[in-house]
Amino acid sequence: MSREQLVVQRARKSFQTGNTRRLEYRIHQLKGLLRFITERRKDIADSVKRDLGKSEHATDLFETLGLEGEIKLAIEKLAEWAAPRPVEKNLLTLLDEVYIQPEPLGVVLIIGAWNYPWAITLQPLVGAIAAGNAAVIKPSEVSSHSATVMEELLPQYLDKDLYPVVTGGVSETQELLKQRFDHIFYTGNSTVGKLVMGAAARHLTPVTLELGGKSPCYIDKNCDLTIACRRITWGKFVNCGQTCIAPDYILCEPSIQDRVVEEIKKSIKEFYTDNPKTFEDYGRIINQRHFKRVMALMEGSTVAVGGESDESQCYIAPTVLKDVTETSKVMKEEIFGPLLPIITVSNVDEAIQFINEREKPLVVYVFTHDNKLIKRVRAETSSGALLANDCLVHFTVSALPFGGVGNSGTGCYHGKHSFDQLSHLRSCLIKQLKLEGVNSMRYPPHTAKKLSWARFFLLKQVNMCRLRRMALLAIFTGLAAFLVQRFLRRG
Amino acid sequence: MDRQTVQRTREAFLSGRTRPLEFRLQQLHALKRMINEKETEISTALKQDINRSQYDTPLLELIGIENEIKLAIDKLAVWAAPRPVERNLLTISDEVYIQPEPLGVVLIIGAWNYPWALTLVPLIGAIAAGNAAVVKPSELSEYSSLLLRALLPRYLDKDLYPVVTGGVSETQELLRLRFDHVFYTGSSTVGKLVMEAAARHLTPVTLELGGKSPCYIDKNCDIRTACRRITWGKFVNCGQTCIAPDFILCEPCIQGQVVECIRQTLLEFYGADPKCSPDYGRIVNQRHFNRVIGLMEGYTPVVGGQSDASQCYIAPTVLKDVPPQSRMMQEEIFGPLLPIVTVSDMDDAIHFINEREKPLALYIFCSDKKASKKMIGETTSGGVTVNDVMMHYTLSSLPFGGVGQSGMGRYHGKHTFDQLSHQRACLIRSLGMESVNLARYPPQDRRRARRVRMALRSPLIDMSKRTFIWAVTATIIGFGLFISLLVILLIASGLNCTCWYWRGFYNYFY
Repeated sequence: MSREQLVVQRARKSFQTGNTRRLEYRIHQLKGLLRFITERRKDIADSVKRDLGKSEHATDLFETLGLEGEIKLAIEKLAEWAAPRPVEKNLLTLLDEVYIQPEPLGVVLIIGAWNYPWAITLQPLVGAIAAGNAAVIKPSEVSSHSATVMEELLPQYLDKDLYPVVTGGVSETQELLKQRFDHIFYTGNSTVGKLVMGAAARHLTPVTLELGGKSPCYIDKNCDLTIACRRITWGKFVNCGQTCIAPDYILCEPSIQDRVVEEIKKSIKEFYTDNPKTFEDYGRIINQRHFKRVMALMEGSTVAVGGESDESQCYIAPTVLKDVTETSKVMKEEIFGPLLPIITVSNVDEAIQFINEREKPLVVYVFTHDNKLIKRVRAETSSGALLANDCLVHFTVSALPFGGVGNSGTGCYHGKHSFDQLSHLRSCLIKQLKLEGVNSMRYPPHTAKKLSWARFFLLKQVNMCRLRRMALLAIFTGLAAFLVQRFLRRG
Repeated sequence: MDRQTVQRTREAFLSGRTRPLEFRLQQLHALKRMINEKETEISTALKQDINRSQYDTPLLELIGIENEIKLAIDKLAVWAAPRPVERNLLTISDEVYIQPEPLGVVLIIGAWNYPWALTLVPLIGAIAAGNAAVVKPSELSEYSSLLLRALLPRYLDKDLYPVVTGGVSETQELLRLRFDHVFYTGSSTVGKLVMEAAARHLTPVTLELGGKSPCYIDKNCDIRTACRRITWGKFVNCGQTCIAPDFILCEPCIQGQVVECIRQTLLEFYGADPKCSPDYGRIVNQRHFNRVIGLMEGYTPVVGGQSDASQCYIAPTVLKDVPPQSRMMQEEIFGPLLPIVTVSDMDDAIHFINEREKPLALYIFCSDKKASKKMIGETTSGGVTVNDVMMHYTLSSLPFGGVGQSGMGRYHGKHTFDQLSHQRACLIRSLGMESVNLARYPPQDRRRARRVRMALRSPLIDMSKRTFIWAVTATIIGFGLFISLLVILLIASGLNCTCWYWRGFYNYFY
């Protein structure tokens, strides 16, 4: 039996003991995870620095802050999320108990990504623990230091049978995917996403796929370009462009292209100084392979800003490419690097058409003062999310479902959505063995009369709110009449 | 041929005509007209397919479909409207909501046991959500599928909602094409193939599959009523219902009573010879007839057992003391055989259920609510009905679907709409108030980090019940204190009690 098989078997046995069903147990584990984040902040930041060259503050801001928020939210709201959810009844079920009961699925497989190795691997884990599942965690081997630290330290804070960490490369992941899980949560690219879903299909395992795509960013010529470009620059070059929801490319009219380039240049200087290479808060490309990939994408396009690189450090300067066309190399795949191409379009119609000709992205960004334009872009395009006048921040609102559509993914998470995604919402109808007479209309031998009764009972819509309001009104009227009577009699 | 049809459907969707709600409502009204006007034709087709009685058709299929259409028409504006969500401090002045949007072209693969309900109810959700849909009814219910192909284009837009008929090879051909969602009802074996095909295009799926739905009868409940309900649920449509109680679990001491009650109920429902009853159905075809008969091999039924291959007729059959390892207990029966497996008590029953794949439905007959809840808590299944069978299907506010081998995703009512929509997260900020954002820009330092931490705190206003009660109590106490303060001040300032209120007050006390 392979190592992976043993790990999954052990996780399933631990799940079947029923410990995770108790809310106190889940909260205990979540608190353990919270302690891990706070006590081991330095270890986590170090591992990310060695993987991605990210500064300690950036790690804090982009990885652990969000994670802490999710854990605290889950701890606070767990009782509410896990409670039975009553639903609207009909005439036939008026006297019955009808509710949806959230239940654990079983053993969840979480496959993390390397660009935010902690946030992307542990945020789904928060939902998995909260929902009462066991989880096998497979961090990405590309962010090797983070994976090692996770494997070493996580078992010291969480139950190591219920939430084991499995490290390894492609073959270990394939071995894991052969095992049977109750849900697979994968973050990564669309190519591997298809393989994950295909493997899951063999066991009829539901999947959540957080994939990628080219997120377009449309800048309206009549908006405040300084601020727009500032926000875009921030969103693009954070983590050296290696963010799934980074604005991939800009669409704007030719008349403002030069200004856009100027403003971005100014913002880059403001954020990363004249020499981003020496600046602490500017990251690096994860490894040689991706460095070469990103450098190759620049071929054939005009560099307007930046363009410098240093292979020994996997450093690529914040780069803007102008006059890019749809056939350029840089438009063929998701960039996932610090190259920002600008494509000119004659108006918003052409921009919408451009976006719709391509696969549905994770996010569509629009920068404009005109609300009607925003609504138009929203109505005529489709994407995982729509963000107007800023970048990335929808990730921080835990009430918004975070996920893709089409090639950018299926399913969503964050906040309560993680809990619901990794639970089974079971319909429960509790009737009584009385009032059997009502059921006679459904039993054979059938007659037209019975059928007409059935039609009445099933088709009559019961509006409980209105009934309640009318009942209250009746009570008040009665009370008022009673009081009036007493006073009149008195007088 | 199919490729062209799907291409045409996609082009029709891209034209944008499904986006306005009026169009969707118009299509839904037309579908309702079809159900009402063509009831007779539909009943005839079902009689030819599966010998469904003329009353069972509206009861089991058409009323449900009509209900769903009415609900969708009634609630469409509410379902399709933007859904505002809770904000954090950072986004407190922004527009934050979830916008439901159409997915695109949905493939709906129907089943043969309830050919109209299982094909049209998903279609209602697809239309309501603004999608186009390719409808592929099951070839095993031949007359129904041909009728659907003839009728649907006469009522609905034939480019947006084409009907494609055919067998296995046509379905495989369809599955090679790209859709934005595939909705499949049928067996787990084919479900795996559907999901694998969908994986190639990263298409999300809803799979309504099957399983062996256990039915536990507690020895201390009203067995007569319990058996009546179980009998109805089991033998309706000749046992060919995905949520039919597949087998009974009960203690040996009540087994005899259960058999007797079922026998009496069968007499009441279908008469001495169910073959002659207009309300008793038939098996859909020879292959399934042979399959079901084969399951009975080697066992002597205590009720029924007769069959007639020429009519695909199998009498309502009950078998007792069935061993768990028998063939009948290895696959979903989907026929009028009701095996009884004995267990020593409720815990044994729970253990039995948990050893097997997660079923589509669980039925518990027990007068003790606590015990029922315990059983619900220690097992899992798509849905549960306590003290009845199948009724959780009829309530559209309950999500209907399976878990594990019994399926993924759910539908009915608003759940169909949500399942066949994309819930798009929308955040509309303004280009002003840039100073708020300064904390997140590099160069990063501790002070900025602290500001960001505060901005991401949520919510600003805690809407939990505890805080609400605290707030109300605090307000009342505050008010009370304020009034007392006023009174004390008034008295202290030596206000002569000339006002009538104080006179009354004085008179009362002294």
